[in-house]
Amino acid sequence: MNEDLGLWAVPIAVLGGMLRVSTPFLFVSLGECVTEKSGRINLGLEGTLVFGAMAGYGGSYLTGNPWAGVLLAGLAGTLFGLLHAALCSLPRVNDIAVGIALMILGSGLAFFFGKPLIQPAAPMLPSLSLGGWSDVPQLRSALEVSPLLLIGIAAAFVLLFVFKRTRIGLILRMVGDSADAARAMGYPIIPVRVAATAFGGFMAGIAGAYLSLYYPGSWNEHISSGQGLIAVALVIFARWNPLACLGAALIFGGAGALGPALQSVGVTSGYYLFYAAPYILTLAILFATSSPRRALEGAPRELSITK
Amino acid sequence: MSAVAIIEDVAEPAPVAERRAERPLLEAIGLTKRFGAFTALDAVSIELHAGEFHALLGENGAGKSTLVKCMLGYYHPDEGSVILDGREQTIASPRDARRLGIGMVYQHFTLVPSMTVLENLVMSRTEVPRVIDWKSERRALSAFLETMPLKVPLDTKVDRLSSGERQKTEILKQLYLGSRVLVLDEPTSVLTPDEAREVLGFLRDLASRTGMAVLLITHKFAEVTAFCDRVTVLRKGAEVGAGKVAELSTADMAGMMIGERELAAVPDRVVHAGQREPVLHARDLVSGDAGTRGSVAIADLQVRAGEIVGIAGISGNGQTRLVELISGQARPDGGEIRVKGKAYDASRAAAQAMKVRCLPEEPLRNACVGKMSVAENLAFRAFDRAPDGKPRRLLDKSGMRREAERLIAAYAVKTQSPSARIETLSGGNVQRAVLARELSGETDLLVAANPCFGLDFGAVADIRAQILKARNDGAAVLLVSEDLDEVVALSDRIAVMFEGRIVFECEGGEKADTRQIGAHMAGHSAAGTGGLH
Repeated sequence: MNEDLGLWAVPIAVLGGMLRVSTPFLFVSLGECVTEKSGRINLGLEGTLVFGAMAGYGGSYLTGNPWAGVLLAGLAGTLFGLLHAALCSLPRVNDIAVGIALMILGSGLAFFFGKPLIQPAAPMLPSLSLGGWSDVPQLRSALEVSPLLLIGIAAAFVLLFVFKRTRIGLILRMVGDSADAARAMGYPIIPVRVAATAFGGFMAGIAGAYLSLYYPGSWNEHISSGQGLIAVALVIFARWNPLACLGAALIFGGAGALGPALQSVGVTSGYYLFYAAPYILTLAILFATSSPRRALEGAPRELSITK
Repeated sequence: MSAVAIIEDVAEPAPVAERRAERPLLEAIGLTKRFGAFTALDAVSIELHAGEFHALLGENGAGKSTLVKCMLGYYHPDEGSVILDGREQTIASPRDARRLGIGMVYQHFTLVPSMTVLENLVMSRTEVPRVIDWKSERRALSAFLETMPLKVPLDTKVDRLSSGERQKTEILKQLYLGSRVLVLDEPTSVLTPDEAREVLGFLRDLASRTGMAVLLITHKFAEVTAFCDRVTVLRKGAEVGAGKVAELSTADMAGMMIGERELAAVPDRVVHAGQREPVLHARDLVSGDAGTRGSVAIADLQVRAGEIVGIAGISGNGQTRLVELISGQARPDGGEIRVKGKAYDASRAAAQAMKVRCLPEEPLRNACVGKMSVAENLAFRAFDRAPDGKPRRLLDKSGMRREAERLIAAYAVKTQSPSARIETLSGGNVQRAVLARELSGETDLLVAANPCFGLDFGAVADIRAQILKARNDGAAVLLVSEDLDEVVALSDRIAVMFEGRIVFECEGGEKADTRQIGAHMAGHSAAGTGGLH
């Protein structure tokens, strides 16, 4: 099957993997981007994602409609976001500690409620074929994408517009960059942060539904391989820019697909190393773009990690 | 009242004399504010008339800020009322104040650093449209700026602006919002003398033209006598005097402000004979990218034993970095610092061997551990050495306490006990404690940055006396200060820093020409651009 394509099979497989794997990264990082822009960091999104995967699968199974599952996952994520936001609004509460606690809580609750969902099969999300123009079957299958990916890409552009051109976006940036200034101009701080964290949870919940309802498309306890946590790092790597989040998610998805792609063309030695490609790539890019002396360019100044 | 009506009100030029005859524009009556058992403000009343420039004079902690914060809705006064246009108003928040046309320019800036001037100005309005049309906003704001003598770049991010430009932006913001009453909280501390004259002169003129009332919070008498019509003086939360500026002398105002108090006598300058050896010598010192805010590029700077070299400059021109390079908080990218002819790498060992001591700005943040005791903080320089200079492995707690008691007494540090946490001390006492630590033992080079910032008169006199004493004892002193008067008064030589470079040097004391120094501080000088010849 691969003979006729030769080495071209690798980039095509990487492209396919990129389009499939990057979606959860994209959703979590866009949500977290909004949360961090408001001056809070939510490390609990990994737990939200796992819970969202469970809720999405369960919702789809119970209603028979996968989109109802996606919505349920988003609402569950919103609740987790609200919980994080509410706890962090109390005096002397650290958002990073709360995030770690919620990460564990989310996964634990998901496993607890998700036990009965491991066996049954829920209806999956449909896919869109964008490769109809091509005669190469590998390319056509690589271009089978989820509508959620397209929604995510649109969301990145919408968020960019919101940050640059709308009142809500500017208030959000103001609250995240200088709470003093926002207060002096009479804008509320805590409600903005609560809303931003709830939005982050919503997006992470949807990312979870993508995992259980599209790719890999099942519910089990190992559904997430740390996407929720890595996406938080992607936001920093993307310098809090939604379009850069999109790029980072695609790069990361592509790097993650490198190992399986090489394996499929018969490279067997050391392919575990290629499985590690995304992590090595992240370290390399962070190293190359970091500086011991300059502060992070574009970082919201109220963020506890950059203060 | 809508924002539009306020703008129209300001734009309409009414004859000043007519307005003044009316009742006061804004009146605060019997404002009292208590924090627990402490009365920060005790039944203070103040009247602001349309078109007048009113000074609110007082030392730090006299209640000036508390008074205006009560008037602006930041604090809710326990007693008293605020009357605007003859009607009593409840001002619950700064937003209410803004709606009523009362605006304030804060000492700490309230601009969002990562947003452009344009974005900041638009977001400060009461009504911001859901989707912002930047083109039309820019047109409207450019048109507004055309009418103003103060200029700021609209598309620059605020953190790229100099402090002076930020201050101007804050003032333009209030004018753009159409404030009828403008409160300025020590606005000139970050401006050069010329800029200060420009800004205050413009506001003075605007007030008498449009009937806007300006309340200037200050402790500088020169500003009061040059620009203000009337003055109200606060001391310890109470109103101790008020009147027309024309009828009061500076001495009268100083008397009201300070009350009767003994100030530490400033020691005379000892004249050291002959040319003394240079202690600090910085050559081709570079840190940060040239031209960026806070970078340093010093070709040559020397401080000799027994002299004070004052570094004048507006904040953000590299002074902070220079101090950090000597204290070891930052590393140079190029060039070298030599102390007494030997290379100095700002390590603890080098600082101990070469007797380099440092009083950085904001000492509680830069030179203390707030949660540790006064005694421990006082021992930071010496705790790891026995008196004979040998390294010490176990702490000598009782020795530390004895030494702390000695320093606390010698430098008149007010603290409950040596074991109180240092963050519980007042600003002046933290400053005294750090200075005590830095001057205990022998000091060959003392670096002091903004040593008197935010201190009251008594503390200022103390700290200055200690610095002069160190000089007289033969230490080389590098004094970095944003307060030009302080630099001129204390320094033997003055160097002006602009954009990281030393652009001008002259003698200190009475021979210093502050106008010339001010021009160089602002970079308005052919010599300041450098490298032309």
